[in-house]
Amino acid sequence: MPDVTFTVDGQTLTAPAGTLLIDACKASGIQIPAFCYYPGLSLQAACRMCVVRIEKAPKLQTACTTPVAEGMVVYSETPEIAQARKSTLELLLGNHPLDCPVCDAGGQCELQDMTFKYGAASSFYAEPKNHREEQKWSPTVYFDRPRCILCYRCIRMCGEGMDVYALGIQNRGSSAVIAPNIPATQSEDGLAHLDCEECGMCIDVCPVGALTSDTYRYKTRPWEMNHVATVCTHCGDGCKTTLGVRATTDGSEIVRGDNRDKSGINGDFLCNKGRYGFDFANREDRITEPMLKQPDGTFKTVTWDEALLFTGTRLKDIRDTRGGKTIGVIGGNRLTNEEAYLLQKFARSVLGTNNIDHHRTADFVTLAAALRDHRDRFASQHDNETAKAILLIGGDPTNQAPLTAWNLRTNVRLNRAKLYVANHAHIKLHRQAKSFLEIAPYGYGAIAAYLSGDDGAASSAATDIEKLAHFRDALKAEPELLILVGSELRAGDLRALIAYGLTLPNTKFALIGDYVNAHGAADMGLLPDLLPGYAPVVADHDYTAEYGEHFPTEPGLNLLQIFDAAQTGDLAALYIVNANPVARFSIDPATLANTFIVIHEMFLTETARLADVIFPAANLYEKSGSVVNSYGDLQLVKKAADRAGVRTDLELLVRVADRMGAEIRKLVPFGKRASTGLRADLGQTRGVQSGEADRHAVWLTANNLEPKLSPFDPFAVLDEIQRLVPGYDLLRLQLLSGNDQHLAPQAPADLIQIDETRRDLVLPADDTLFTSGTLGRYSPKLVELQLKYAHEPVGIPAD
Amino acid sequence: MPTLVSHPDEVKVISRRFGQGAAQLDRYLELDGYKAAQMAIDNGPQWVIDTMKASGLRGRGGAGFPTGLKWSFVPKVSEKPKYVLVNGDESEPGTCKDHVIFLHDPHAVIEGTLIAGLAIGAKTGFIYLRGEYRYLLKIVEKAVADCYAKGILGKNIFGREGVDFDIITQTGAGAYEVGEESALMESLEGKRGVPRIKPPFPAVVGLYGGPTVINNAETIASAPHILLMGGEAYAKLGSERNGGTRLFGISGMVERPGVYELPMGYSMKKAIYDVAGGVKGGKKLKAVVPGGSSCPVLLPDELEVGLDFDQMAKAGTMLGSGGIVVLDETVSIVEFALRTIKFYQHESCGWCIPCREGTDWIKKSMQRFYDGGGSTKDISNMQYLAENMLGRTFCPLGDAAAMPMIAFFKKFRPEFEAYLEGKRTAKHFITTDELVGVAH
Repeated sequence: MPDVTFTVDGQTLTAPAGTLLIDACKASGIQIPAFCYYPGLSLQAACRMCVVRIEKAPKLQTACTTPVAEGMVVYSETPEIAQARKSTLELLLGNHPLDCPVCDAGGQCELQDMTFKYGAASSFYAEPKNHREEQKWSPTVYFDRPRCILCYRCIRMCGEGMDVYALGIQNRGSSAVIAPNIPATQSEDGLAHLDCEECGMCIDVCPVGALTSDTYRYKTRPWEMNHVATVCTHCGDGCKTTLGVRATTDGSEIVRGDNRDKSGINGDFLCNKGRYGFDFANREDRITEPMLKQPDGTFKTVTWDEALLFTGTRLKDIRDTRGGKTIGVIGGNRLTNEEAYLLQKFARSVLGTNNIDHHRTADFVTLAAALRDHRDRFASQHDNETAKAILLIGGDPTNQAPLTAWNLRTNVRLNRAKLYVANHAHIKLHRQAKSFLEIAPYGYGAIAAYLSGDDGAASSAATDIEKLAHFRDALKAEPELLILVGSELRAGDLRALIAYGLTLPNTKFALIGDYVNAHGAADMGLLPDLLPGYAPVVADHDYTAEYGEHFPTEPGLNLLQIFDAAQTGDLAALYIVNANPVARFSIDPATLANTFIVIHEMFLTETARLADVIFPAANLYEKSGSVVNSYGDLQLVKKAADRAGVRTDLELLVRVADRMGAEIRKLVPFGKRASTGLRADLGQTRGVQSGEADRHAVWLTANNLEPKLSPFDPFAVLDEIQRLVPGYDLLRLQLLSGNDQHLAPQAPADLIQIDETRRDLVLPADDTLFTSGTLGRYSPKLVELQLKYAHEPVGIPAD
Repeated sequence: MPTLVSHPDEVKVISRRFGQGAAQLDRYLELDGYKAAQMAIDNGPQWVIDTMKASGLRGRGGAGFPTGLKWSFVPKVSEKPKYVLVNGDESEPGTCKDHVIFLHDPHAVIEGTLIAGLAIGAKTGFIYLRGEYRYLLKIVEKAVADCYAKGILGKNIFGREGVDFDIITQTGAGAYEVGEESALMESLEGKRGVPRIKPPFPAVVGLYGGPTVINNAETIASAPHILLMGGEAYAKLGSERNGGTRLFGISGMVERPGVYELPMGYSMKKAIYDVAGGVKGGKKLKAVVPGGSSCPVLLPDELEVGLDFDQMAKAGTMLGSGGIVVLDETVSIVEFALRTIKFYQHESCGWCIPCREGTDWIKKSMQRFYDGGGSTKDISNMQYLAENMLGRTFCPLGDAAAMPMIAFFKKFRPEFEAYLEGKRTAKHFITTDELVGVAH
């Protein structure tokens, strides 16, 4: 659209024709107040706060519905306008309870802010306010009707944004009220309830305290918390969640998760897990002291010295007597890159083994191999927002990757992107799909073959052959295409699909895995045959010199082979970091009877119960570092909470390695004088423990000081990652600024990692909206939601 | 069947078939029925629109927008179907003109809808009746059914190849708000009766997203008469820029309440004193609500004004929907104001803050004031509330509530003050019969 020129308060502005006045003003730094206007949602013109004077218009006009026009003369703040806004506020405050001192929104309330600005300070009503009791709509949502100002943001967010349509308006006039979708007359307890995805977006967009969350309401005041923007630990989308943290007697607890800092990769969005799924961290039954298994099978808490010495001695003994090849290492999907990197380095250079793996939720390795020579074909999460056409094959983003689903919906709704969905199930996103293709059960391999041109595969790919052909033709006609692949496709199938995609013009690819750093675990080399950056384990490698004498040059055992080795008695020790393979891969505990097991854990999981040593581990919200989402977008993780007694996995690894006699400065390059002329900051002791290492690091770097004083500083590890890992050419300042950056490490093109006999090496997590692997079972709120929706799959339409 | 009233000053155009059994199709055809529609087919859309423009007919719903101009705004070519929509949601207190049309001459509405459809190139028309007019729906539905049986509606109407037109009837659910055109379209589509954001206007994006002409029932019913008598001839009946005649429902405390058809620009004073026979029982006139309850009240010395859109606006009020309510000296304006704001508070759809909260707070204060708990400051406060609603609401309902209230507070402030001191000037509040006592 061509630009038009207009004036606001005497200032000449230009904006593309068709831009709404409120947006055009905002872009030029002129803030026009509004309750009902919300960018990206349908227009309401209901709150009348954004009224402005436009020359030649007889009445005040709403800036939220007026497109800018050439020569338009606008006044945004005159006494007349201020009076209009003030009187609107007076009317609202007439019924709005002035319970600000106890309201959740007190201190971050748009009604308060506007009243402060326009000074509707006195009231002249003698009548009592309309009062109604607060209602509990769901395990997460409360509604305080008198506080509601009827801006309809929640209704639109739920309907247009989430495609859930669980909220509506009942009654009219001054009796009009927001109502949930299960009316009192249809519910068992005679009260109105919500039946929805429990995303909490309605609470997020509420400008006042009418919608509040069960986890936060009446707990604390906004200004009594520290607000730390970090990355959600749950799915692979990597949303930024802002945790409100409050000091307690044994550290600090997380009181709230929300998305008030909308600067993250997720923009406006956050789902229930990011919002409420932090509560596992606050559980009383967390392991906070090291524990040793006793001969009678019980655990005894011991001192750190005792546990570390015992572990170090045993592991060193096993390595030196039975050899590193008898030791297995399994890492988690929720470790930071730095921890995952250090874990494999610890395994390879200290334990002397390549028997290292993790629960692979998607085949990122094959993706990296198939796109070996196409660095620009790795899609970012941001591509979901702008792609003109998208093929979603497999997966169910609504349940497994809610941000991906949100971005796809928004892109379809606002940009009319064309969404093609091919799935064996009628996943909810088929409602946004231009074309939906039902794939035959187990037909993903066949569909990949068919798309590549093998017409013989048609009958095993889908039942509706004609539709299948149309589907392929339509894809071929797209000038550019984003291909999102569910974790059902792996190994050869995934390769075939990508090979097909590469025959189309302008395609990009992404693989939807699960858990916050599943991609990072693969990138960082938690793999038996690949080093960080997918470098093959071979004799002569850059890493060889770095990793020292114990570094084995033969590929090791993968996760399934490790447990096979246990069965045959060839596994002397197993070192597990924040993973629960015993439950996930249904391992018979008896097979591990003769294996010495060390684990870093928060809870007594199925795997932890079998361990000989349990170290109390911190979770992602209690550490700093970086993570990479399913799309390869790297982001900064900031330490938010703390729990007395727990240690980060990074620290635990360093301490165990220390007790094994390893040279720590070689394991973590900390405190070294770099050749760049940086000098050690000997006067500073603030680091990872205070949670301010990152901000501090910016200052130190800016002042040409060496920030890394401690072997527990993740940035010391990040230095080495940047130096050694191909594809991790990240910009440090971008990371520290909280921005995401897209990385594309590549694996060898001829790599065949998974043969057809062990396809279960890639095991899709198949999480739903309310599950999150083992961790989700320890979140009381997620469990409550699971129980509520146990009998009705959420978000799956009836058809 | 309500008694029809008559007066020599009346110019019977739209009411000329009243009381002659024209609700029966045969009788309607005897009285020149459906001739205008066939003329419209013969002469084409442009002729219809030109004739309508020449007639100077302005919207009878109250806004007074020139009808011919409105029809000409509809794009000739449209991807989506075009529609004609008849607004029969007559809900403005004091108004009962469309009621008589539907009762006595439903075919005029059907024929007018057909003409409008031919003019804009629509194939479907909707007649939306007020929910409380359910008993009229039977009459209208019978008329529509008769037309289908006779080949006046449906495919190839009047035996003309390729000329199709359908009419669908619908009633509301009892909301004043859906008298607003875009709220009516929402309601017709099965949604909450809340107005839409304008622009786009209905002529571009209307019912089901298609270009739509939406007219008041009286406006639509005037169209056949205009085509029969010619635009210029019709225009000459009225005053400058206010063509033709219109129906006025004169009610309240007058000797001969009823619906009269008077030329546009006819004197308000004569309408009350001559046509309606003056104030009932020889009592003194206190005030006149000139065009439905949303129009600012006029005092006895403000009645030297012609009944057309422009002269009424000049007099600081509105012609509105033509419902003139006459109040005599026994009426308490405090009670009347309370009754007025109660209506608007009850009917506010609640969409926007100023109307939803404003009507509610004025009503609450007014009730307390009426119950004896008021103070002088309340009068100013209520006036302040009304003044701050005016012009700031999403749709005209807020204005409709604010305008009469401001007029009451300004013009009758002494009465409000006297009420506080216990000198009530009225013995009782007027009864519903007296207020709506027209044609019953």
